[in-house]
Amino acid sequence: MDMTSNTSNQKENAPTNVVGKPLDRVDGPAKVTGAARYSAEINVPGTVYGVLKSSTIAKGRITGIDTSRAAKEPGIINIFTHENLPKPAKTPKQIEKWRAAQSYLPMQDNQIQYAGQPVALVVAATLEAATQAAALIKVTYQAETPIDSYHDPKAELFDPQKIQQGKKDAHVVRGNPQQAYDGAAVKHEATYVHAINHHSPMEPAATLAVWEGADKLTVYEASQNVTMHQGALADLLGMPREQIRVVTKYIGGGFGCKGSFWPHTILTVLAAKAVNRPVKLALTRPQMFTGVGHREDQEQTLKMGATADGKLVSIVHTKKATTSPWDNYTESNGKVMDMLYACENYSTVYELARANVMTSVWMRAPGEAPGSFALESSMDDLANQLNIDPMEIRLRNYADYDHSNGKPWSSKSLKQCYTRGAELFGWSKRNPKPGQTRRGRMLVGHGMASATYPVHSSQGTARVRLFADGHAVVEAGATDLGTGTYTVMTQVSADALGLPPEKIRFELGDTRLPTAPGSGGSVAAGTVASSIMAAAQDVWDKVVKMAVADKKSPLYKAKPTDVKVELGRMFLSKDPKKGETLLAALGRSGQPDIEGSGTGKYGAGYEEKNFGQNGADPNNDNKEKKTGGHSMHSFGAHFCEVEVDPDLGTIRVTRWVGVHGAGTVLNLKTATSQMTGGAIYGIGAALMEDTFRDPNFAHYTNADLAGYHIPVNADIPNIQVEFVPESDPYINYLGVKGIGELGMVGVAAAVGNAVFNATGRRLRSLPMTPDKMLEAMRMPA
Amino acid sequence: MNNFSYIQAEKPKDATAAKRDDKSAAFIAGGTTLLDLMKSNVENHDQLIDVNLLPFRGIEMTKDGLRIGALERMSDVGAHPLVAQQFPAVAESLLLAASAQLRNMASIGGNVLQRTRCGYFRDTAFPCNKREPGTGCPALEGDNRNLAILGTSETCIATSYPGDLSVALTALDAVLTLENSKGKQRQVPITKFYLLPGTTPQRETVLESDELIVAVTIPQTAAARKSKYLKVRDRSSYAYALVSAAVGLEVQGGTVRAARVALGGVGTQPWRCFEAEKALVGKPATEATFRAAAELALRGAKPREHNAYKIEMAKNTLVRALSEVAV
Repeated sequence: MDMTSNTSNQKENAPTNVVGKPLDRVDGPAKVTGAARYSAEINVPGTVYGVLKSSTIAKGRITGIDTSRAAKEPGIINIFTHENLPKPAKTPKQIEKWRAAQSYLPMQDNQIQYAGQPVALVVAATLEAATQAAALIKVTYQAETPIDSYHDPKAELFDPQKIQQGKKDAHVVRGNPQQAYDGAAVKHEATYVHAINHHSPMEPAATLAVWEGADKLTVYEASQNVTMHQGALADLLGMPREQIRVVTKYIGGGFGCKGSFWPHTILTVLAAKAVNRPVKLALTRPQMFTGVGHREDQEQTLKMGATADGKLVSIVHTKKATTSPWDNYTESNGKVMDMLYACENYSTVYELARANVMTSVWMRAPGEAPGSFALESSMDDLANQLNIDPMEIRLRNYADYDHSNGKPWSSKSLKQCYTRGAELFGWSKRNPKPGQTRRGRMLVGHGMASATYPVHSSQGTARVRLFADGHAVVEAGATDLGTGTYTVMTQVSADALGLPPEKIRFELGDTRLPTAPGSGGSVAAGTVASSIMAAAQDVWDKVVKMAVADKKSPLYKAKPTDVKVELGRMFLSKDPKKGETLLAALGRSGQPDIEGSGTGKYGAGYEEKNFGQNGADPNNDNKEKKTGGHSMHSFGAHFCEVEVDPDLGTIRVTRWVGVHGAGTVLNLKTATSQMTGGAIYGIGAALMEDTFRDPNFAHYTNADLAGYHIPVNADIPNIQVEFVPESDPYINYLGVKGIGELGMVGVAAAVGNAVFNATGRRLRSLPMTPDKMLEAMRMPA
Repeated sequence: MNNFSYIQAEKPKDATAAKRDDKSAAFIAGGTTLLDLMKSNVENHDQLIDVNLLPFRGIEMTKDGLRIGALERMSDVGAHPLVAQQFPAVAESLLLAASAQLRNMASIGGNVLQRTRCGYFRDTAFPCNKREPGTGCPALEGDNRNLAILGTSETCIATSYPGDLSVALTALDAVLTLENSKGKQRQVPITKFYLLPGTTPQRETVLESDELIVAVTIPQTAAARKSKYLKVRDRSSYAYALVSAAVGLEVQGGTVRAARVALGGVGTQPWRCFEAEKALVGKPATEATFRAAAELALRGAKPREHNAYKIEMAKNTLVRALSEVAV
């Protein structure tokens, strides 16, 4: 599109009509009637079924694979092992790092590096036959002693230099943290342990690979990012991207585990080519624990120095974690500690140890979730140590600009979140003295914590086709995790075109559509909304040109640059009464429809385009801080009440209030659901989620949803969520900040802080299960 | 899961004879445990004998006590007024178990025959003496947080019965009626039904291979009327007990006249605490009495790395349960 056109620059948030309304999900009827097909439910004629057989050892080599019994099962089409599976053109190690979280591809040789690693893939006419044949394959191994985690005595901690596929430094220092800590009036030091967590979405990972010719492939994948899957497949297969189509119409939750490329996808694609049939493969629930990553086992030591009145002078953070034999993945927990409070001295150091586990990966609020558990628990301790209210100590350390980079905030409403949250929760009635409040036998406690999540810069393209009959099709290759992309983008499109939402059909989840970012890092809503706006502006420009050349238009002979478009109506900037709708002008043109496309940016890229490289912010009078634009974050505050049974050790969350400042809310209903879900996800991590990896076998002992506990309804109280009004012109035209991760950040700390208030005991090892609580109750408070 | 044949038995003998003739067959009622075990290849049966049409139904008071047909569903029994009024521990143990969906399917007979949730037993990647005798027990040095501290052996520390109902039945002296392929019935008190692991953890009950549980009978007592099931778990529903207690007390004038005490989650089988009961009878119904009984109940417990917490949790659970039925 013409980037210099009248409507492309946006210095304030666009007006809204449908945007923000609690519209029911547009895909709701399809979901409740079963019309919505998830990737593993799509049927293509001739489809056959693939089942993976997983390694029972964590380290060693395969010495033999006997497929004789399996091959006799009726309906077996082929059994693939490392000996007969066709090799890909490249391995994940040779392609762009960010796509394949794990650089190691199983079934290339006889080596075993982690338990659950695929060792064979059976293709059969039915799922049942493939399943049974996989069980009948007899694999013999030469097993070696595996390393199970960073705390294994055999494990060696090392300095990875870089983490997150080389994107982030493993050492970050700002100021002089150790010296400041040593000289601090008040010191606090604690170590926090986080269990292994698994994403555990309802829908398992699944691939349906359909070769439509020797060099033409369609893959129906449970993917949070179809573009990523297309790119990874193109690289691995040595094919042009254009010949590969990836489709994901619906996702049943992902939480990050469907945002990377994992081995099962390429193994299925290779098998499908070899058998010359479409092959469908879904991971079993146990395979979901060894097939799509996890949140790594980790511990953090946090030293905080403060003045006597509770002002932070130093944060010294170290983290130890387990990583795989090949990759240096670890969540960057330090980020949140670097920016949440005003503190001049900060450092973080990451140490990793290799173990026989698959590569871990981002899981909802990666880094911020465990990082905030440490930071916000220590803040609570510090408040208690200094007899300051936990909210007050946070206000004393309130960051008026981002201390990690010196930039001003694009917007920040954390104070309002604290105030409103405290009011809704009744924070002022809290007894600051731990262990004093009882309800029958139960000890009652109240805790709070802050939340924050960055706006990650992103961009994407969308296409808008406006029909003269008043309908529109809007398309972007984004995905909907189930959180509401279909719905909110319908609303954004409706306002951009001035149509009611029922006249809009929004399509996503297909690489044939314009390229859009995936659902991850909370970027989808902000970026796709921007893309739709850019595409709509392309349509506006074209229709404005029609109108000013049309004698019948009230805008006839107006200069296009004098025409403004809002909510589907064109009008003269100086005389808003003079104008007409886009549809009226399009209708007279005789054209049945008009199409526009555009690339929209989110975050820093949007700001740079609309405000210039150095963030010409008229409100920023601090010249020193003018280091190129704004720091962009959403913020929030959680308030939690727990009841602790002091004799039995059980902890129940009985009340929850979350108040967030996250820019413009696109849909109050879906946004509230998402923040509620974030709190539930965090309560799960706080109280029960824990995958146990056996120390001798490096193999999980509770890899199913009976053994790996996630919250049930009875664990979750009424959760009250509010958003404070916030406008932010710098991040995108609607002022939308992502909310996918925010709701979970700080949740575990809020629970732990409430437990401390209830009992006087601090639990620093997640999850806070009854055994740990009871053990703590035996110790003096 | 392997392929299997399926028959629906119309008479008890059809079922028991089919089982006698096919050592690899299994009875199926609700299937809620069996199908899980077959899907994970922990159990492989070439034939399933559906017993749902057999006449082992009914919940009725008899001269021996409340007789519950083995094919009654957990949800129906848990909600039955006779059970709720006369045997509250039984009703509570049923309604606190599993999920609503599972309770609607699962039968009473099948519940009694649930198998352990030990992660090593339920994953064929691991060795396990219970699943494959002689291969070893990784739980001894591994994930034993949910496993037993009483009745264990060096070959197995699994809570062989992980559920709730049998704990209440054990406390209240229930008797199982078993029927074999000759049509012969025998009565086995539930306290004699389960076996300690010893050196043969694969043998879990005294049930013969051609026997079917046809009924459970619970004697009516004052202690049963004043009974309770208390369950401690990692989440509020759909979780196995870390520790549970089924207790019944008959208290007259502040003195305990009769006591029934059993623990779940701590023993390799539902754990009847006869010594604790003896220590209660004739004593004042006070917390001190209950605490002393709880100490006895846990005497001899052998904890491992991750399950030592169960000793105190079980004592506290027992004291709490006794205190609540004493009022």
